[in-house]
Amino acid sequence: MNKCIACGLCTEKCPKKVEDEYEEGLGVRKAIYVQYAQAVPLKYVIDDKNCLFLTKGKCGLCEKVCPTGAINYEDTATELKLNVGSIIVSTGCQPYDPGEHDVYGYQSSKNIITSLEFERILASSGPYGGHLVRPSDQKEPKKIAWLQCIGSRNNHIGAKGYCSSVCCTYAVKEAMLAKEHSSGSLDTAIFYMDIRTHGKGYEDYFNRGKDEYGIRFVKSKVQKIINDSETGMQIIGYIDESGIRQEEKFDIVVLSVGFQAGDGVVEFAEKIGIELGHYKCATTKSFDPVKTSRPGIFICGAIEDPKDIPASVIGSSAAAGMAGIMLADERWSITKTKEEIPEINVIGEAPRIGVFVCRCGTNIAGVVDVPAVVEMAKHLPYVEYVEENMFSCSQDTQNAITKVIKEKKLNRVVIAACTPKTHEGLFQETLTNAGINKYLFDMANIRNQCSWPHANEKELATQKAKDLVRMTTAKVALHAPLEEPKLEVDQAGLVIGGGIAGIVAAKTLAEQGYHTHLVERGSKLGGQALLLNRTWKGEDIQENLTRIIKSVEQNSLVDIHLNTEITDVEGFVGNFETHVKKDGRDAILKHGITIIATGASELKPKLYNYGEDDRIITGLELDKMLNENDDDLRKKDTAVFVQCVGSRIPERPYCSKVCCTQSVRNALKLKELNPEMKVFVLYRDMRTYGLREDLYTEARSKGVQFIKYDFEKEINVNPEESSVEVVFTDTSLRRKLKIDAQLLILASAIIPEKDNKLAAMYKATQDADGFFMEAHAKLKPVECSTDGVFICGLAHAPKPVDESIAQAQAAATKAVTLLAKKIMNMEGTIAYVDQEICSSCGVCVSVCPFNAPLFTKEGRYEGKAEINPVLCKGCGLCVASCRSGALHLKGFDTSQIFAQIFALNEG
Amino acid sequence: MSQEKIGSIMIIGGGGISGMQAALDAANSGYYVYLVEQSASIGGIMSQLDKTFPTNDCAM
Repeated sequence: MNKCIACGLCTEKCPKKVEDEYEEGLGVRKAIYVQYAQAVPLKYVIDDKNCLFLTKGKCGLCEKVCPTGAINYEDTATELKLNVGSIIVSTGCQPYDPGEHDVYGYQSSKNIITSLEFERILASSGPYGGHLVRPSDQKEPKKIAWLQCIGSRNNHIGAKGYCSSVCCTYAVKEAMLAKEHSSGSLDTAIFYMDIRTHGKGYEDYFNRGKDEYGIRFVKSKVQKIINDSETGMQIIGYIDESGIRQEEKFDIVVLSVGFQAGDGVVEFAEKIGIELGHYKCATTKSFDPVKTSRPGIFICGAIEDPKDIPASVIGSSAAAGMAGIMLADERWSITKTKEEIPEINVIGEAPRIGVFVCRCGTNIAGVVDVPAVVEMAKHLPYVEYVEENMFSCSQDTQNAITKVIKEKKLNRVVIAACTPKTHEGLFQETLTNAGINKYLFDMANIRNQCSWPHANEKELATQKAKDLVRMTTAKVALHAPLEEPKLEVDQAGLVIGGGIAGIVAAKTLAEQGYHTHLVERGSKLGGQALLLNRTWKGEDIQENLTRIIKSVEQNSLVDIHLNTEITDVEGFVGNFETHVKKDGRDAILKHGITIIATGASELKPKLYNYGEDDRIITGLELDKMLNENDDDLRKKDTAVFVQCVGSRIPERPYCSKVCCTQSVRNALKLKELNPEMKVFVLYRDMRTYGLREDLYTEARSKGVQFIKYDFEKEINVNPEESSVEVVFTDTSLRRKLKIDAQLLILASAIIPEKDNKLAAMYKATQDADGFFMEAHAKLKPVECSTDGVFICGLAHAPKPVDESIAQAQAAATKAVTLLAKKIMNMEGTIAYVDQEICSSCGVCVSVCPFNAPLFTKEGRYEGKAEINPVLCKGCGLCVASCRSGALHLKGFDTSQIFAQIFALNEG
Repeated sequence: MSQEKIGSIMIIGGGGISGMQAALDAANSGYYVYLVEQSASIGGIMSQLDKTFPTNDCAM
């Protein structure tokens, strides 16, 4: 494997074609292959079940063509024994296979496909090169249908009773993308039971799909699909919302398949000794969301339940943190520290540039004439050495480059290959290993900017590659070694907000060994959780909350500051100074990282006579009554829940996520208190996502009545003496109904604190709804865009207790990754001021989004601008805005950029 | 039985987005990580997706 340079010759010559599982069977691959172009590690593997040599003893072509002798037919599996401190299981899930119990005709029609197959059709690297075509005849479709809940929310053989959580939103995505891919006017329809877009930003996404993209949403029960083999059309027979039988033809039917437990998960769980639930999902507790039944083994991802990417990523960080707590005193004990190589001083030396041009297998060399680029580079000023590489990034080439730098005494390096976004760090490390400052380097992107976009114009692509190499070489000649500011990280943490998320974040930080300040403006810990009754899994929230509060109170590393307001914040990642007012006295807390867990609250609606009649209450108030064992509840003979009060409305477009489950659970609780009670839930879409669906099924079986109300029509509430009259419009009967209730529960929205002053203080942003924004919706769900500031709990988005806890553990773990470093290296490519020329106009100070420029306070240059190197991100805004030309960006100075531009004309 | 702690974490089935993220966070927190994956490359189901909701960012 170490010898493989991923040149691709073996695959090219391999005569055996096999169905490609990565392309979901829509394409073919060879018997020696890489899963996909960007695979890590990028090493070709032999499929031993299909290789002609391994199965029949003939062929052996790959061995003959391999230039490095990397083919080893005798390679076999070896057994390794590893001693580890803890284990994280993230074996995931697999998509439901609709072909196994084929009720939809998936096997018999090429135009009935799964949603994962549709992803591959959309992908530009996929089997049709990203062209939206009908698989049967590769013609562009005019109509596509998505059928939801395939293999989910269904008790048929092979299917699962739970909701797979992600399919509604991904169907919206696929329909949107299909419309973008289509050259004509594509008609898209999603056939659904309930639209479940409950995640952060998903409701807005659904609304955009409906209103801006014109995706049709058809609430229906699909009965059959008939394949018209002559036209390739699929006829969907369904019952619409009002009970009328309908038919419609489509070119493609996409089955929105759900998640299933992975193959062999039962044997695997048995082997490592962890418990699985009835759906073969790993069992966890709401208050320990990543812990399995066996100490020392943790889980993350879809092995727990069906979840989307952000929830998986949150679970991953939480699991890494929990696994780390067990080993906290062994931190850095067996990791290896890289030996530091002394840097050679090259200041004053004439540039000696090495240029390395990468073929990237056939990725670049298939289009760009790499030898011609090499030949051109040889004649450029200051160039001492030029080399062509099959893969500049492969480990052996890296070592070779290091050697060449030393031998030829090179002091500048240009790599003409792919993008610095992914590879800059790698090549910079190569320079460091050769004792050369890593900023004496630059890349020319002759793949993404030449061979990829100009695949059909080889000559022009080569010309452009030559231009880019010449320009980069001219710039690199003017590069100077740069120093990276080093920053000592204060080893304490600050958690703001004493609700369940804040408490858990503080607990996690402290258990990892870090001193933590927990600031709460109220007089006690607990937040909204103090009012909650039970989790959806049925655990007692008060009992668990008390236990967790006690554990932080007893932890000597946690300083709890109650009745404390934050008044001002100074500093930045690694060195924050937060000014607080505690019981009227001022104090300063020093900390390296900040976790915002300021929570949210329940909307007190100004609707439906709320507040005027004590029979009309909110969901949280019902929880409180259940906590207090209010005996009055037993005596009610009719209870009505109204869902989406204040959520999913134009003024507050998001879904509050927790209310459907909370109402269903409490409806069951009321039925338990008084089985004779008539309980109604008036809803728009029931969003009991994931395994919570079991509660919804149970509630229906126990006689709770679920009625979809017409949201466009008013609900009238009239408190009478004996009961509260609730009048609404039923969407399937299409007429008004009246219920006389003794108890009306309004499932009210979760509302964040808009214009939270902490946002400005820590430079965190709030979205239009008032929730704190994460740095990246998928991959950075607990980080704020400001370094060293993290977010968790309701302040980020509505979520139930178990998800708040997981996110709090994740935020603390991310914070630990910063604290654990102790010293941070900041970027070297930052702005600096020539203070002699600075006119003190202050434009840089006002224009910088990171507060890096400031006025020098004393000395010769008092009043002139200077840059705080730790805050500067090197964006260049100040440089461009400086009217005196006093500001410069290291590594991108005016002279370097001009040299680059002039070099273009020299071609 | 010896109670000596070992500063390493094993991540089983680590090829998907969850396992990769857990591996990065564990390593950055100061633990040696073994990432165990059944297939020939990491990436999991996410690598098969074209784009991701709700931003329509490229999944790769």
